[in-house]
Amino acid sequence: MSDNIVEVKDLRVHFTLKSSLAQDAAGRRKKTVKAVDGISFEIKQGEILSLVGESGSGKTTTGKAILGLVPFEAEKMLFRGERINLKEKEYKRKFRQSAQMIYQDPYQSLNPRNQVIDIVTEPLVVNKLVESEEERLELGKEALERAGLTPGEDFFFRYPYELSGGQRQRVVIASSMIMGPSFVVADEPVSMLDASIRTGILKLMMDLRRENDLAYLFITHDLSLAWLISDRIAIMYLGKIMEMGDSEIIISSGKHPYTKALTDIMPKPGIKKEGPRKVLQGETPDPTDVIEGCKFCSRCPIKEEICSKEEPPMKEVEPGHFVACHKV
Amino acid sequence: MKLLEVKNLRTYFTISQGTVKAVDDVSFDLDHGEALGIVGESGCGKTTSALSIAKLLPKEGKIVGGEILLEGKDLAKLSDEEIQKHRWNDVSICFQGAMNALNPVMKIGEQIAEAIVLHHKSSEKDAMKKAAELLELVEIPGERINNYPHEFSGGMKQRVMIAMALACDPKIIIGDEPTTALDVMVQAQILNLLERLRTEFDMGFILITHDLSILAETCDKIAVMYAGRIVEKGSSEDIFQRTGHPYTKKLIKCFPDIKGNKRMMEGIPGAPPNMLEIPPGCPFHPRCEYAEEVCRRSMPDAIERDRGHFVACHRWEVMRSER
Repeated sequence: MSDNIVEVKDLRVHFTLKSSLAQDAAGRRKKTVKAVDGISFEIKQGEILSLVGESGSGKTTTGKAILGLVPFEAEKMLFRGERINLKEKEYKRKFRQSAQMIYQDPYQSLNPRNQVIDIVTEPLVVNKLVESEEERLELGKEALERAGLTPGEDFFFRYPYELSGGQRQRVVIASSMIMGPSFVVADEPVSMLDASIRTGILKLMMDLRRENDLAYLFITHDLSLAWLISDRIAIMYLGKIMEMGDSEIIISSGKHPYTKALTDIMPKPGIKKEGPRKVLQGETPDPTDVIEGCKFCSRCPIKEEICSKEEPPMKEVEPGHFVACHKV
Repeated sequence: MKLLEVKNLRTYFTISQGTVKAVDDVSFDLDHGEALGIVGESGCGKTTSALSIAKLLPKEGKIVGGEILLEGKDLAKLSDEEIQKHRWNDVSICFQGAMNALNPVMKIGEQIAEAIVLHHKSSEKDAMKKAAELLELVEIPGERINNYPHEFSGGMKQRVMIAMALACDPKIIIGDEPTTALDVMVQAQILNLLERLRTEFDMGFILITHDLSILAETCDKIAVMYAGRIVEKGSSEDIFQRTGHPYTKKLIKCFPDIKGNKRMMEGIPGAPPNMLEIPPGCPFHPRCEYAEEVCRRSMPDAIERDRGHFVACHRWEVMRSER
């Protein structure tokens, strides 16, 4: 068995949009959004891979697909070398214990009517992993304290509204960690938090990774954050991975024109810029449009004729550094 | 005369649990064509400062002290009628959630024209013409005045909001987190646009944000707020290179330093204070690594340390020696 915890090959998630009765009667074809359109990557045990891209680029959908939360098609979708088969009950139960998700908005992801202890220990109760009330409280206390909420019992009977944003996100993390997962999809876990609180949450996530050899799929739109915490970065645009490689290489010597555009406008704290920012022209195309050739070609500053005809294949330009562009 | 001078502004909210001193003794000024950035965490009073200047405070909020001088005229003392004239003609605001701020069942052009008709008493036809011109100004084709908000992307909606803010040729535009909900590329486009408009029309611009990283490249001057007060203000070089306040120093370290080493950000221990129970003395002292006895006892005054660089900290000498 390889040391890959997740292996994805040619993952596709297509959503068919609802059409009106009139459109159906007119026999117009239903519109499809290709949220994720053929991407491949793997995540090693204990590794952090960041998916970076703008809203609508398919980063969250990718995370959800791995956890089986949206229907998908894929040539390969392996977890620890085994096919993820959620139809089989026993496998599903095990898989749900070892693969977890942290959502973006701790103001919406916690049930406002539940007390902290019930939120945190719910996974244990659902999976019938605790035998007594004492055991449940003990494990809940442990999980809360590991998430930096000490002393744990002080938080047991509080409701989410009594907690600050940072504390809420810690509760979210405590409840996703209580089953001891080995893989976590973290969907913009700090983007709703204040700068001074953000660091604490990131540190906690990094500590948990070190202690438990966790692998993260870290979804973010913030390239500088991705650079800071992840081993590798994959840049997504309209459901495709444009470039993927070591985080340092992507930031300092990215090859794809989209990556370059993103690194160009990255704000550098404390440095005054010369002249206006070098922005890409135009807007991201409508995801229901059918795009021939490279998805990025409508905004690409260096496009050529071939780019609007043929989709560029993913090329390995140096070991572990992949770029999908005709001009590289 | 300065375009805008805010002197010792105090805006308090009276709620059932007590009084929230959302803005407490805040002073800053702004010139024509200048960009001022106000930065701080949620609840520090940055939006309340902006709402005080535009006189858009909710009914619980009152300006209880200080002056807001716009070209020498004190806005804090205006009557309701005078305020109506001042708002949008002198100061306009561009809010954070553009997608929610537009009326979904009204055409874009009509929404922009509404403000022009109301403030300039022009005919609807003229106002629609002006609306089309304004759209062109924010780089949207003028013929799209007949579109509805759902036909625009998020970035374009924010442009429409900017066009609206420009409708009455204001002297000052306030951007309250104008790019926070947008993608990075769109954010860069909007910031470029705002910069262009500011120089073209010689307007004053106040950018309110929690994102310190975009301030240095956008603003001439920066004011850092904490718990209703300005703890440090100065040029963007003052703030970043000659940092004078421990809070500013910590805040800068909360952002990844992309040009430096890959090092985990430090963060700030603790959390911002409950605004109903602001700690005595310097409000930052419970989270400050430099805090001493004096910080717990008395509130430090903002003292001009270098030209135009104000710092409110008792322990400034220590901070400077470490620089």
